[in-house]
Amino acid sequence: MEWNELLIRYGELSLKGRNRNTFVRRLKKNIQLAMRDLPTVKLQAERDRMFLHASDHDDMREAIERLPSIFGIQSFSPVAKCQAELEAIKAKALDVIASVETTGKTFKVEIKRSDKSFPLVTGELQQEIGGHVLRHFPDLGVKMKKPDIQLLVDIRSDGAFLTAATYKGAGGMPVGSNGHSLLMLSGGIDSPVAGYLMMKRGVSLDAIHFASPPFTSEMAQKKVMDLAERLGTFGADIRLHIIPFTELQQAIVKQVPNNLSMTTTRRIMLEIADKVRGEIGAMGIVTGESLGQVASQTLDSMTAINAVTSTPVLRPLIASDKLEIIDIAQRIGTYDISIRPFEDCCTIFTPSNPKTKPRLEKVTHYESYFDFAPLIEEAIAKRTVINQAAKQPTDFDDLL
Amino acid sequence: MAYFDNSATTRPDEEVLSSFVEANRRFFANPASIHGKGREAEALLERCRDQIRSLVGSHDAEVIFTSGGTEANNLAVIGFAYALQSRGSHIITTAIEHPSVLNACHFLERNGFEVDYLPVDEQGRISLEQLAKLVRKETTVVSIMHVNNEIGTIQPIEQAVEIVHQNSRAIFHSDCVQSFGKLPVKLHASGPDAITVSAHKINGLKNSGVLMMKKGMTPSPINFGGGQEKGVRSGTVSVPNAVAAAKAMRLSAVNQENETYRKWRNDLIQFVNQFEGVQVIASHCGAPHIVSLAFSKIKGEVAVNYFQENGIYLSTSSACSSKSSNAGHVIEAIHLKQEYKFGVVRISFGKDNTDEEIKKFETVFSAFMKLLGRDLK
Repeated sequence: MEWNELLIRYGELSLKGRNRNTFVRRLKKNIQLAMRDLPTVKLQAERDRMFLHASDHDDMREAIERLPSIFGIQSFSPVAKCQAELEAIKAKALDVIASVETTGKTFKVEIKRSDKSFPLVTGELQQEIGGHVLRHFPDLGVKMKKPDIQLLVDIRSDGAFLTAATYKGAGGMPVGSNGHSLLMLSGGIDSPVAGYLMMKRGVSLDAIHFASPPFTSEMAQKKVMDLAERLGTFGADIRLHIIPFTELQQAIVKQVPNNLSMTTTRRIMLEIADKVRGEIGAMGIVTGESLGQVASQTLDSMTAINAVTSTPVLRPLIASDKLEIIDIAQRIGTYDISIRPFEDCCTIFTPSNPKTKPRLEKVTHYESYFDFAPLIEEAIAKRTVINQAAKQPTDFDDLL
Repeated sequence: MAYFDNSATTRPDEEVLSSFVEANRRFFANPASIHGKGREAEALLERCRDQIRSLVGSHDAEVIFTSGGTEANNLAVIGFAYALQSRGSHIITTAIEHPSVLNACHFLERNGFEVDYLPVDEQGRISLEQLAKLVRKETTVVSIMHVNNEIGTIQPIEQAVEIVHQNSRAIFHSDCVQSFGKLPVKLHASGPDAITVSAHKINGLKNSGVLMMKKGMTPSPINFGGGQEKGVRSGTVSVPNAVAAAKAMRLSAVNQENETYRKWRNDLIQFVNQFEGVQVIASHCGAPHIVSLAFSKIKGEVAVNYFQENGIYLSTSSACSSKSSNAGHVIEAIHLKQEYKFGVVRISFGKDNTDEEIKKFETVFSAFMKLLGRDLK
């Protein structure tokens, strides 16, 4: 079946009153971004729905494959166009019904006569088209209330538009419509999922990663870059900040007793993240913490760590089980990247028995013997910033 | 010299050759090594995969580099048959597949799998009704070639895929060795699940092929070693070969010659049809770059020799089977009349061919017909 356009229905956008225009514009921009390599795709946004046209059928098929991962779309339907003329509509109706599963299903014809000059009235049209379809699909039943298949025929002045199938969209809100935050991206399984869930609620992201060269390899860094890139496919591109963390880790190990060094490490990471957040004008910090998963993710630990900032720290996974998180990671394609076996900064200096109930006074007491501020400033100044869009290496082009 | 045997193999493109040499110089490291040189080679290898993905209209397909079309076909047929064994052990293919698919199926039959071979009509086309009858719940692999290598028949792949997907969970593999670069070959949702491409048929290098499949599909390995290529195809990956393959695929995908091929093919068919005692095979449903002719009462070899004397290189149907004495499985399958069976020759165009060469072919053809004492109709 070759479709002429896609009818895209908005998600919660329709609830958003006066902000709706902003949301629609953002959604349109995000769809354009996702389809930027499909030259014939054109979008036309209306108040309560959007139309996607593609004159090339390959582009159309690709668009249908990509739409389900774009946030802010409730559902979409492929639409076929024909002349606003009864015989043509009847023929097209058969094609459209043939593209959906009919065995044991019920259906009804819904008519929208936007073009009131059309010679037949709604009831006559319903009978003509419905009867024609039933003659060709004898295993189809008729049901007026809640049918399985609703054949929608919209007769406009420029033609008749038919659709029978509705595909589920990703839901959520268009990425970028709910502010900007900084994601702490470790390279593990949880943090990309946390980022994904925030994007689903319309938050656009920068990501921050802590590296310990020369102990961590380029591959660990590549892994994080790949995670950021993967997340980028669900909305806008994600800029990645890589912080050189080795000197700070060595200082912490020297100054703070072994069982509290982890808490201090996290505190300094959060402090750095907060400073970077300020620089880039982001509003919140997103982490993949899940309550009780490891020593640093107990309520006591979080209290001690969170004390360095009053910025909202968003923890979308706080009440999720590990297996639930893995499910999402697999579904969004970050799992395979996350399980690549490279050392990251956390695994190198981790003490064997970190406290699960660190006391804030003790931590601040040990930290007070050393001025971490200059090292923190230096780490931030020396960070590497990677832009997804600019990242593509070009030095292979001559070969390919 | 007019080389009309491009379906056997092609002359490597100069740009492909220089990329291959350059990649060997600059990126010789093992892409599995964890040091910087290895990383660089791996990054290049991934770029090759990305380029190949985009050429078949996919952004997440699995791309496995192999030693050629034969290995890729073996891997698809045998690898998926074993990977999906828990679901069933029924395979469907056609009677006119390349030997790398047919013999893989014979191997499976010897190992407890059940294989159905779809017959074809006199044009070489399968019947979709027959396919629909054969597909069942236990069917795990369906392998149907896009364009036949001996006679050029194009199979109705999209409709076949639809039938198979509607009636089973089978993997649909298509050998696209002859079609890539000549017809649209895509890994779309509504298209085949896995496809084979060979580089040396599209002005790339020999010993280099690609098996592509939709994301998440993994055949069982058929060779064993260090688990490269996600464990599917062991052996150090040749990055320069991957570069050459990706480049050849790009150059062939943008090639503009197909319209010319189509015109040449139509001209030749019209020309040949003027004569007695010669017929065109698959004239209505053939690929643009292959013309398959059958002479009555002479052996194809005689024609090949005569044309060669006059500076024109043809082939007796397929180079792979041209030395054996029976008419070959494809010719048998299309039930060609006995007097034509052994007289099949294949003319296959490539990007070096010219209008003059086509004219020359016609002149030599007329002389040949005169020599055989055959008249215009």
